[in-house]
Amino acid sequence: MELVNHILGTAWATLFDVIPIAIILVCFQAVAIRRVPPNPKRIAVGFLYVFIGLTLFLVGLEMALFPVGQTMARQLTDPQFVGGAAVLGQVKWTDYIWVYVFAAAIGFATTAAEPSLIAVALKAEQVSGGAINATGLRIAVAIGVAVGVSLGAFRIVSGTPLHWYIIAGYGVVMLQTLAASKFIIALAYDSGGVTTSTVTVPVVTALGLGLAATIPGRSAVLDGFGLIAFASLFPIMAVLAYANLVQWLEKRQIQRNFRDQNQQRETHP
Amino acid sequence: MSDTLKTIHALGRLLAGAAGDLLPIVLVVAFFQVVVIREPFPNLTEALIGAALVVVGLAFFIRGLDIGLFPLGETMAQAFAKKGSLVWLVGFAFALGFGTTVAEPALIAVAAEAARTVAEGGLIATDPEALNAYAYGLRMTVAVSVGVAIVVGVVRIIKGWPVQRLIIAGYLGIVALTFFAPPEIVGIAYDSGGVTTSTITVPLVTALGVGLASSIKGRNPMTDGFGLIAFASLTPIMFVMVYGMVY
Repeated sequence: MELVNHILGTAWATLFDVIPIAIILVCFQAVAIRRVPPNPKRIAVGFLYVFIGLTLFLVGLEMALFPVGQTMARQLTDPQFVGGAAVLGQVKWTDYIWVYVFAAAIGFATTAAEPSLIAVALKAEQVSGGAINATGLRIAVAIGVAVGVSLGAFRIVSGTPLHWYIIAGYGVVMLQTLAASKFIIALAYDSGGVTTSTVTVPVVTALGLGLAATIPGRSAVLDGFGLIAFASLFPIMAVLAYANLVQWLEKRQIQRNFRDQNQQRETHP
Repeated sequence: MSDTLKTIHALGRLLAGAAGDLLPIVLVVAFFQVVVIREPFPNLTEALIGAALVVVGLAFFIRGLDIGLFPLGETMAQAFAKKGSLVWLVGFAFALGFGTTVAEPALIAVAAEAARTVAEGGLIATDPEALNAYAYGLRMTVAVSVGVAIVVGVVRIIKGWPVQRLIIAGYLGIVALTFFAPPEIVGIAYDSGGVTTSTITVPLVTALGVGLASSIKGRNPMTDGFGLIAFASLTPIMFVMVYGMVY
């Protein structure tokens, strides 16, 4: 019974997410395009599926992941658990190794299940005719989030200013952009925005606020923010790095093939 | 009969895929619970029911994308391109960006948090009225900034401007603003870029971009079609910092 209530409550909230979008779509369809799209029934069923899917997804997350994620974030940042200097009220960044590992692992795992990212990856695979593999892209993005959130946790522990990390990150992205193929750039930039939504934000925010609240000398409001920013910047680097790597390997392969052919020609004239 | 079988088969594949998506989370939680924290797992049955709901929900969501959101976004983009009216397209782009962001629960939460932070910093009064006014203004600012972002992104697709030039200009703008904005707002501004694009907006906006790029001659859906989300996560950072400076 409680479960039914929970589902209905979430469905109600999700409905308010979907309705403004549906109104905008119907209005422009009716006023500007003035034509019924093909398969209107199928599209309506699709919207219904998205609505049902999101509702069940959110209820499931609230039951299975969010309490556990938040409890674990609290337990791992507890000075008693951290041990070492933390018990005496001092901060040594090396004491927080498990926090960094947890940050990376949970960043990777929540990103892999992020519905927005699945949507973009599916579209990219379809548009590129399979040249971009949806699973490969999602793994690259998830690695980026893992590194980002882990580094973000280190930033909170060490208390260094957020903007220097972000500005340095922008610099790296610019350099990578210069070296990357035009084919991947727009997709790489997009992957920064889609990584942090339904699954990742609540867990990562809990981790950030938990860290900032338990570490002496950190303010939850000034230092607790910023993990999301890391989680949106590093996937861009990861996807660009993946593209840079593939390009470099291909180039090397082509050069090697070329050399082999030349050698064959020399040995078998 | 074979249709039913096909549906069951497709459903099974969707469920298996969704279970695979969830697996990393299960492994991470189990590992930390057993190896690091070493305490019994609280509410195991509830967590298992929750995990099952997540899998079924993801499967429904992905099927809904394929038959609803993606085709609709693309046919609308094609219809706008055929109509050739820039005014309607720009209006649609703005409405989609603004309308989907303004009611976003994550944004409402971040705006309220930001008002508290700024009040603690002594920049605004701490009574509830001042806090609400600040949070409301911030929400509107972010929603307008996402609307502007989608408009700029759509115009870029039509004109064929390279995405990296606009993004790099955006980065430089953010870096410059960082040094003038009040320090209390910088962290929130950076985070606000990540929370604006909701799970329903992303597929629609992506389909809009790809549909537009594939129906305009000389545009490549891969290089020109993507990038709308990127703009939608950059402009809020700038607009929030400006809001912090002006307010």
